[in-house]
Amino acid sequence: MIGVEHFLIVSAILFTLGVLGIFLNRKNLIVILMAIELILLSVNINLVAFSQALGDLVGQVFAMFVLTVAAGEAAIGLAILVIYFRGRGSIAVDDVNRMKG
Amino acid sequence: MSITGIQFLVFLPLAAAAIAGLSNKAFGSVFPKVVTTAALFVSGAIAWTIFIAYQGGAEPMVAPVFTWMKSDALDVAWALRVDSLTAVMLVVITSVSALVHLYSWGYMDEDPDQPRFFAYLSLFTFAMLMLVTANNLVQMFFGWEGVGLASYLLIGFWFKKPSANAAAIKAFVVNRVGDLGFMLGIFGTFLVFGTVSIPDILHRAPEMAGSTIGFLGYRFDTMTLLCLLLFVGAMGKSAQLGLHTWLPDAMEGPTPVSALIHAATMVTAGVFMVCRLSPMFETSPTALHFVTFIGAATCFFAATVGTVQNDIKRVIAYSTCSQLGYMFFAAGCGLFGGAMFHLFTHAFFKALLFLGAGSVIHAMHHEQDMRFYGGLWKKIPITFVTMTLGTLAITGVGIEDVFGFAGFYSKDAIIEAAYASGATPAFWVGVFVALLTSFYSWRLVFLTFFGAPRWAGSEHIQHAVHDAHGHDHAHDAHHDEHASAEGAGHDDADPHHAAHMPATGTGGYHPHESPWVILIPLIVLSVGAVFAGWWFHGIFIDAAANQTYWHGAVAFSKELAEAMEGLHWEVKQAASIAMLLGLAISWLCYIVYPRFPATFAAQFEMLYKFLLNKWYFDEIYHVIFVKPAFWIGRLFWKGGDEGTIDRFGPNGSAVVVRLGSVIAGRLQSGYVYTYAFVMLIGLTAAVTWVLA
Repeated sequence: MIGVEHFLIVSAILFTLGVLGIFLNRKNLIVILMAIELILLSVNINLVAFSQALGDLVGQVFAMFVLTVAAGEAAIGLAILVIYFRGRGSIAVDDVNRMKG
Repeated sequence: MSITGIQFLVFLPLAAAAIAGLSNKAFGSVFPKVVTTAALFVSGAIAWTIFIAYQGGAEPMVAPVFTWMKSDALDVAWALRVDSLTAVMLVVITSVSALVHLYSWGYMDEDPDQPRFFAYLSLFTFAMLMLVTANNLVQMFFGWEGVGLASYLLIGFWFKKPSANAAAIKAFVVNRVGDLGFMLGIFGTFLVFGTVSIPDILHRAPEMAGSTIGFLGYRFDTMTLLCLLLFVGAMGKSAQLGLHTWLPDAMEGPTPVSALIHAATMVTAGVFMVCRLSPMFETSPTALHFVTFIGAATCFFAATVGTVQNDIKRVIAYSTCSQLGYMFFAAGCGLFGGAMFHLFTHAFFKALLFLGAGSVIHAMHHEQDMRFYGGLWKKIPITFVTMTLGTLAITGVGIEDVFGFAGFYSKDAIIEAAYASGATPAFWVGVFVALLTSFYSWRLVFLTFFGAPRWAGSEHIQHAVHDAHGHDHAHDAHHDEHASAEGAGHDDADPHHAAHMPATGTGGYHPHESPWVILIPLIVLSVGAVFAGWWFHGIFIDAAANQTYWHGAVAFSKELAEAMEGLHWEVKQAASIAMLLGLAISWLCYIVYPRFPATFAAQFEMLYKFLLNKWYFDEIYHVIFVKPAFWIGRLFWKGGDEGTIDRFGPNGSAVVVRLGSVIAGRLQSGYVYTYAFVMLIGLTAAVTWVLA
């Protein structure tokens, strides 16, 4: 029987992958966006799994909201990237360090 | 004479100084000059009325002004004390000051800063009046410092000259040494007597004779210690041996300043102080011996140096120093009236000599070196006559019981007092110095006014002639343009100027007699120099002087006065004989055999160098005091301030902040993932903290 803990394990693995995707990624910013998406999805899995396990629909409703917000965030993030690329000619992570102190 | 009179006399110069000093430049320079000079002449007139009143036997009086400090036993009030001693000083100060103000109209005519100059002069006069009218030691100290300040300002009046600034600072610093003694003396007096009021102190001084006091871990005789400390102050102000080095340098100031401050008034403040406190000094024979010794030593030292100086003002400066020595040894011998009398006559003839020297310098286009003078008597006859009268006065020419110039009465009295009081070494020093005085004074006159002109060698004269040359040239050319065709005038002018060139030694220069504003003070002062001794010797130094004039204002010894009456004629004539010898030597050296001094200097080069370099006092002080002071200063500056306080204080904290910010700056990599990582760590930590 697949219990809630299995979902949590999957979710934790996805979350870790997402976090590592942000830190270890040296390629480009789109990967970071994707990693953030991954983190959000892992959270969604948690929400749905607990919703199912506890018999409370609020969790699933919340997951729908998260998906919506994630879609919005992805749209805005990509738009910023496009603008950024026009301005700087690169979206490689290592080139984006204008906030250096 | 009223109370308002004395207050008016003292504060008028202060008001004049304020008006002159603070008045806007829009008023021009005439207004401040008129105000200050008029104020001084008014003060002078009042001072003479006071002096005449005291000759008539007026009572001493104290005019209160207001309370200054009052704290338990310390009660310091501003009050103007007038008695026969103060009256003498009032006359000297205001008369000489008024004449110097007038003289400065001519002498400082071309100076752009005349309001400042006159304001300083009046300020000085006020401070000096405050000093002599002081009723307590603290007020005297106020005046004492006030004249020091004015002296500093006036020596450094031409502040663009580095040498003038250096001289001003030197005068100030050397005087601080003396002032330390004076201050310790005041503190000690307060400690012993519990008051700073001069009459109270003098009244109670005899009670304290013989008691002892602890100072620097030893026991001293109270009165001796106090008198010596106070005398150190007097030594500084009156340029006595050891603290005299500032006076010759002070000649950097304008000549009227030298005449007023460094001859007639300020430098005599020390003598005045000793006379004012004379009952106190009387209680300590040791202190009086010390005063005599210092006076005689200064007298001798300064006179020897004066014989070889070439700068006309320096000769007179050393002469002043030497005459101050006479005053002190008169005081040391107990003849306080004689010290005041010499102060009084000296003020006239020394101010006269200084102002005369100023007139010569004025005529010789600021050349001060006597080697470049000569033959001036025909060119500036009035200056010549007045300076000769001054010289007759300082050398003490006169015939017993008939008539004598001022110095004859005062200086001879001092020398006789030295003999009568038993200070035989001081007597011989006095006689020998009379010879030296006569020698250097006549040397000055002979070098300046007699012989062949030696003006051509002077750079100042060459400049003057050159300028005049240029003017003439322009002038001629200008006329020629109008008169005739170009060129012709130049041919006329050139041989004309060529004819001026050396040969005669005049260098083509024509000295002119000074204007009347300069000559009138000279004439007035020469009247004083001629008659002051003859007129006043009776009231100042006779055996009956205490009854006729002093009335106890200065300590008076009847025995000494009587002993002086009964001296042998050899003693009485010793000073006159020495004076004639000095005149003869000077005449031989500078008129008959003008080559002799150079030969003598070459023969005794060591001695000549020793005297020319003023006994190497400046050099010794430089090694003993100035260099270590600079060394200590540098140690504290480089090691203490920069090396320790700055290094670990402000600079240290700045370094820490800078290093810290560099490290903090490194954290700001600008990479998003670093920030995200830090956020994650933070979040994790926060969650752990909350859950754990």
